[in-house]
Amino acid sequence: MSARIQLPAEARRGEIIEVRVLIQHPMETGYRFNDSGTPIPRNVIHTILCAYNGTEVLRAETSSGIAANPYLQFFMVAESSGELLLTWIDDEGVRGTERQSLIVRE
Amino acid sequence: MKALILIALVFCAVPAAAQRRVISPSDVKSGFEFLGPDLKKLQQDDFANPGTLWVDRGEKLWRAAAGGDGKSCADCHGDARTSMKGVAVRYPKIDERTGKLMSLEARILQSRVERQKAPPLARESEDLLALSAYITSLSRGLPMEANIDGPARRNFELGEAFFFRRRGQLNLACMHCHDANWGRTLFEERISQGHPNAWPAYRLDWQAMGSLERRLRACLSGVRAEILPYGSPEYTDLALYLSWRARGLPIESPGVRR
Repeated sequence: MSARIQLPAEARRGEIIEVRVLIQHPMETGYRFNDSGTPIPRNVIHTILCAYNGTEVLRAETSSGIAANPYLQFFMVAESSGELLLTWIDDEGVRGTERQSLIVRE
Repeated sequence: MKALILIALVFCAVPAAAQRRVISPSDVKSGFEFLGPDLKKLQQDDFANPGTLWVDRGEKLWRAAAGGDGKSCADCHGDARTSMKGVAVRYPKIDERTGKLMSLEARILQSRVERQKAPPLARESEDLLALSAYITSLSRGLPMEANIDGPARRNFELGEAFFFRRRGQLNLACMHCHDANWGRTLFEERISQGHPNAWPAYRLDWQAMGSLERRLRACLSGVRAEILPYGSPEYTDLALYLSWRARGLPIESPGVRR
């Protein structure tokens, strides 16, 4: 499973920037059946976390109402150059991460 | 006498033409035109378009070694951005060696088994879709130009016949929706002209990427007809007719469709 984060290439200190996140995940609801009639076990991302230089800036609790390949968009204040770390955890216990660096000018 | 024959021919031709109400070249519209503004925006957004996740995966697979000799696609074909640009616009096409009509997916499988000596990928597997989506995306914006001359003629005619033949419990042919009633509303959706230029595409109904073949299977299921197995030659013949019918439309893959 892969994911991607989009940030502006550069930001001024104190600027409000848009963060876009796309995670590849089937978000299996647990309500579907395969071709031979057996139920497909539920497997959805239940937690999405975003940390900016170690500080949590977003925590989302997601459930089966979210479509496959979840897309998120949020805003945060650029304070200093560093890294945004995205973490997600699904029902099977798989934990995925993705990083994106940000340059902040004075 | 000649004039009489001519008149007779004209009268014979008219009802046939009326049954086959084909789209005039100036009216040919991509399925994109039948999407709502939200999906148009999603398809054009290279970050949020979920189909681009498969394209990225395909780019990685292109360079990854597979099979007994440890060769990757790139080892023979080099940089796909130059070697594969414009390749997808001509598929399905006749394979020169076997003389058979091949879809892009079938061609990838052939290369994988015969050149890379790797186990074949399953139809509609994530990896096969990723590779075909990647290769097709490299022709984005280029017009479709199927070749229907020479040995492909026979396949073209079979595909055309498939398009106009009624089938299924609803007793509909492809043309009843996509030639005669495009632009009209069916339930909550506008009927498209049924062009293949966005495929492989991300379909919201599936919440996943799928090939044109999978889309055609969904059409067969829609008219409650027998669903032919993956890899059936009927799909490739029909795809050739559809590509010819959509000639000139730009490739949009990875498209987003309902």
